[in-house]
Amino acid sequence: MSASILDPTGITAANVAVAPTLPDIMPPVKARKGFFGFMRQNPAIAVGGSLVTLMVLVAIFAPLLFTTDPTALAPALRTREPSAMYWFGSDMLGRDIYSRVLYGARVSLLVGFSVAVFASIIGLTIGMISGFVRWADSIIMRVMDGMMSIPPILLAIALMALTRGSVQNVILAITVAEIPRVSRLVRGVVLSLREQPYVDAAVAAGTRTPVIIWRHILPNTLAPITVQATYICASAMIVESILSFIGAGTPPTIPSWGNIMAEGRALWQVKPYIVFFPAIFLSITVLAVNLLGDGLRDALDPRMAKRI
Amino acid sequence: MFAYIVRRVLATIPVMAFVALFVFSLLYVAPGDPAAVIAGDQATPDDVERIRASLGLDRPFLIRFGEWVWRILQGDLGVSIFTNLPVSTMIQQRIEPTMSLMIITLILAVSVAIPMGVVAAWKQGTVIDRTVMGFAVLGFSVPVFVVGYVLAYVFALELDWVPVQGYTPIKQGLWPWFRNLILPSIALGTVYIALIARITRATMLEVLQQDYIRTARAKGAGQRNILFLHALKNAAVPIVTVIGIGIALLIGGAVVTESVFAIPGLGRLTVDAILRRDYPVIQGVVLLFSFVYVLVNLFIDLLYTILDPRIRY
Repeated sequence: MSASILDPTGITAANVAVAPTLPDIMPPVKARKGFFGFMRQNPAIAVGGSLVTLMVLVAIFAPLLFTTDPTALAPALRTREPSAMYWFGSDMLGRDIYSRVLYGARVSLLVGFSVAVFASIIGLTIGMISGFVRWADSIIMRVMDGMMSIPPILLAIALMALTRGSVQNVILAITVAEIPRVSRLVRGVVLSLREQPYVDAAVAAGTRTPVIIWRHILPNTLAPITVQATYICASAMIVESILSFIGAGTPPTIPSWGNIMAEGRALWQVKPYIVFFPAIFLSITVLAVNLLGDGLRDALDPRMAKRI
Repeated sequence: MFAYIVRRVLATIPVMAFVALFVFSLLYVAPGDPAAVIAGDQATPDDVERIRASLGLDRPFLIRFGEWVWRILQGDLGVSIFTNLPVSTMIQQRIEPTMSLMIITLILAVSVAIPMGVVAAWKQGTVIDRTVMGFAVLGFSVPVFVVGYVLAYVFALELDWVPVQGYTPIKQGLWPWFRNLILPSIALGTVYIALIARITRATMLEVLQQDYIRTARAKGAGQRNILFLHALKNAAVPIVTVIGIGIALLIGGAVVTESVFAIPGLGRLTVDAILRRDYPVIQGVVLLFSFVYVLVNLFIDLLYTILDPRIRY
């Protein structure tokens, strides 16, 4: 630390003998302002964000988008190929797959967003406690280690096997499976933030711990938590579809993408479209959320972007 | 070194004990009456009582847990509610397909993903790099059963190159066994490949900027030597770590892949057990998979000292 105030880098002609000019690794960034400027600079956020928004709108306005009752049976019109009447075809009970897929977006998005929010809040709390209360830290982290040694999907399966299938239970099961990872992340961030000079300064100034947490620690955990939350959202949607697909998730009476695929499973060799349409919607939605996460990571936390 | 290995092995015992406790106590913390849930909606009160007694739900928690752990240590995982067979026997009958699938997937994923990541890092910023990274994002986003169905539709139904579904035991010949597992392992491996390729690229990018790489270049080492000898060796620790953590993805994915391709393995057993609410079987499978996962990661921890001699404990 020989850097002086006038020359913060400490580089002088004396201590750097030969300094070849290196090409700029980062191209000069043109400052763009406003919402559209931000979007142009972060295409991943723009593309991912608009696809997610579109899917949310589809889910909300599903009744208005030329759908019929997604649970209405029409035994005479079973397994029709996609046509003008059944845009995505009909399933083995004669239900309209287009309507089911659109309504299915509600379940997937609800599960994804709820798990992301709950897992973040609970993980944030546990991580904070772990990072600040020394005696609790070792206990909490051993418990988290133990939970992390159960593969998340199996943990969710075990939880679902013990409860009756409902959307709430699916959300609960996936949240429990995600909590250890968020807690670890927050704890790591808190531990490194505690070493920051501004936190030392706050302590020296006599700031009470709750105020330090609120003012100095919490705001700095929000960026990594937000990024993590988008990834959790994406993985929760996949886990929900997997649970429903194997019959341990959303009850079959509620149309969800996993359920539609589970029902189409028996017929997929002859009627592949039953599986195909929900699969496309699920993949695109998860892809959009992942893109959003990548974009947010690059925009909010350039250091993390370099690592992964 | 030896002391470290002993300490590290001993350290897994509390983790495994915790996993056991957790899996066991799930039965008690679940909302509602687990015996009634397991018995299902059509059960008579007698059925519920029978299940309650067979799961030991009518006795104190700690006594039950003690007995249960003691039996597990002797290799007894309990008895299936549905088939009345010992869970350990059921697992033994189903373990070969799952092990085959996971080992082939592991070999496939590692041998595809690492070169992909290395080349992406080497050609950073080019079309190749972007393609690999694009594939990685896609691989994370497309669920394993979707990949499975698409592959099965194209290569089995349309092109008829490989069987659509099923499993042939290895006893009936290596090729029939392998042929059945090609599509499932590609489907299962997709996420895993994406994960490993991504971390390989990231670590390689960091390593390629090190001084010793410049030194290697300066002394005239060939590009392939630099990438795969000098750089990859130094990037090994994070890559191997992710391969170990990713085993969790394989385990979760195997459950689904086996359903898609009708492979009679542990995943199929799990799914059947869920549909029948056969909790002892679910407990047994979750416990087995978790222990395998812990042991794989123990092995990887021990591997660090070989991969990076600077790591001394």
